[in-house]
Amino acid sequence: MAFPFYVSPEQMMQDKAEYARKGIARGKSIIAIEYQDGIVMVAENPSSSLSKLSEIYDQIAFAGVGKYSEFENLRKVGIRYADVKGYAYSRHDVTAKSLANAYSQAIGQVFTQEMKPLEVEILVVEVGEAEGRTAMYHILYDGTITDFRRFVVMGGAKDASMVLLEESYRDGMTLQEAIQLCCKALLKTNGNKELSAGTLELAILDKKREGRQFRRIQSDEVRQLLGDVGSA
Amino acid sequence: MRFGGVRYEGSSFLELLMREHGELAPRIDLAPDAGARLSGSIPHGTTVVSLKYADGALIAGDRLATEGYQVAMRTIEKVFKTDEHSAMAIAGAAGPCVEMARLFRIELEHYEKLEGVELDLEGKANKLGQMIRQNLPMAMQGLVVVPLFTGYDLKQSSGRIFKYDVTGGHYEEIDYYAIGSGGKDARSSLKKLYKQGASEESAVRMVLEALFDAADEDRGTGGVDTIRGIYPTIKLVTRKGITDIGQDCIKAAFAEIVKARQAEEAA
Repeated sequence: MAFPFYVSPEQMMQDKAEYARKGIARGKSIIAIEYQDGIVMVAENPSSSLSKLSEIYDQIAFAGVGKYSEFENLRKVGIRYADVKGYAYSRHDVTAKSLANAYSQAIGQVFTQEMKPLEVEILVVEVGEAEGRTAMYHILYDGTITDFRRFVVMGGAKDASMVLLEESYRDGMTLQEAIQLCCKALLKTNGNKELSAGTLELAILDKKREGRQFRRIQSDEVRQLLGDVGSA
Repeated sequence: MRFGGVRYEGSSFLELLMREHGELAPRIDLAPDAGARLSGSIPHGTTVVSLKYADGALIAGDRLATEGYQVAMRTIEKVFKTDEHSAMAIAGAAGPCVEMARLFRIELEHYEKLEGVELDLEGKANKLGQMIRQNLPMAMQGLVVVPLFTGYDLKQSSGRIFKYDVTGGHYEEIDYYAIGSGGKDARSSLKKLYKQGASEESAVRMVLEALFDAADEDRGTGGVDTIRGIYPTIKLVTRKGITDIGQDCIKAAFAEIVKARQAEEAA
């Protein structure tokens, strides 16, 4: 009988984490920030049909970086979870908090039990008028969950853009100001390569809208909002 | 990847419920003869009307629900927005009807979110037909659900109206249709009044006349209740989306109809 080599648990987790991080670092970044009417999310995404941002429920949205097939699967699972919950109880009972927890559990389980961890980072964001309802949950490849206010950057090289956002973010920005700030921050993550309306994917959760508050911003509108910020 | 062992991979919410959440699926198992006894003792919705006009289509309903010969509710809502470009109105056993409208709305939204595109209007009408067919065992027992489905077809740039039978069969109507206990009366009224390509104002007028006549002939249909201030619901289905006609507007149009009819009587 052949004995497998002994690998310490620490080593195994480290290897898995490194594997996942490498996969994620190859992808492009996504930024989500709060503005006066809700949350805007900006992703650098050259594809016009394979989206990284999505609607989950009335006031909840999803963003994923890393391996497309894996976060796409997570997105669908989230929509099913939210719709079933909203049908069984009421539309108001679907919260980002419980969804983020479910994601964290599921992703964490894959990380510890499967050979290959998921090479994804995801974001679950929610807006709401009630105190504490607006939230941004960031979930890592190992299930680690963190909640953010004001802004969050995920994927790739995010340190430089975090510094910029830290300096320039202020409360109550208009949609245009928020989008321009996001683009400036994204330029930091991609080594100042030019950003154009065609390579950006934008979506907002707008508290002013009735019912479903998620809205994609189409590229001609992006071009208008962006002004000349896209070029480095 | 799944939460709590969910295996279903498709884009239909109803199928997801039936496969994975049987306890939530909309099915009532009845004893063979229970239906007849039940159907007299649960609220039933009555007359709903839909017609096409210049900007799209309009869908409307009275507000009465009956329980046998009794009034069950004076202000029931029978017209539902199902997504940005479609609405449905229901006649039949109120409980299953309202539930079907709720489920259908989630079904359309669920598909749109998963697939990233809206269903074609034809696709929506088919899906609703399947849901009604699944309700057939309940319909055989008297818990009938029959809707009118009205949508704005963005490709054809016009409103479209679909009517259904209990087996889920659906048929497109050219100009207008009405169902429910007063449906026939509303249709007879529209037969004389209907004009193609009408303005919004005259479309509202036509539909109110039809509901007025239905309430006049059919005891199950609720008329306008001026004492309590209860007026029919009217929704417009156009390129811009689904909009409600305000109560003041309906009130004014109704007052004109009354005036015109009084003048006719006096003459």
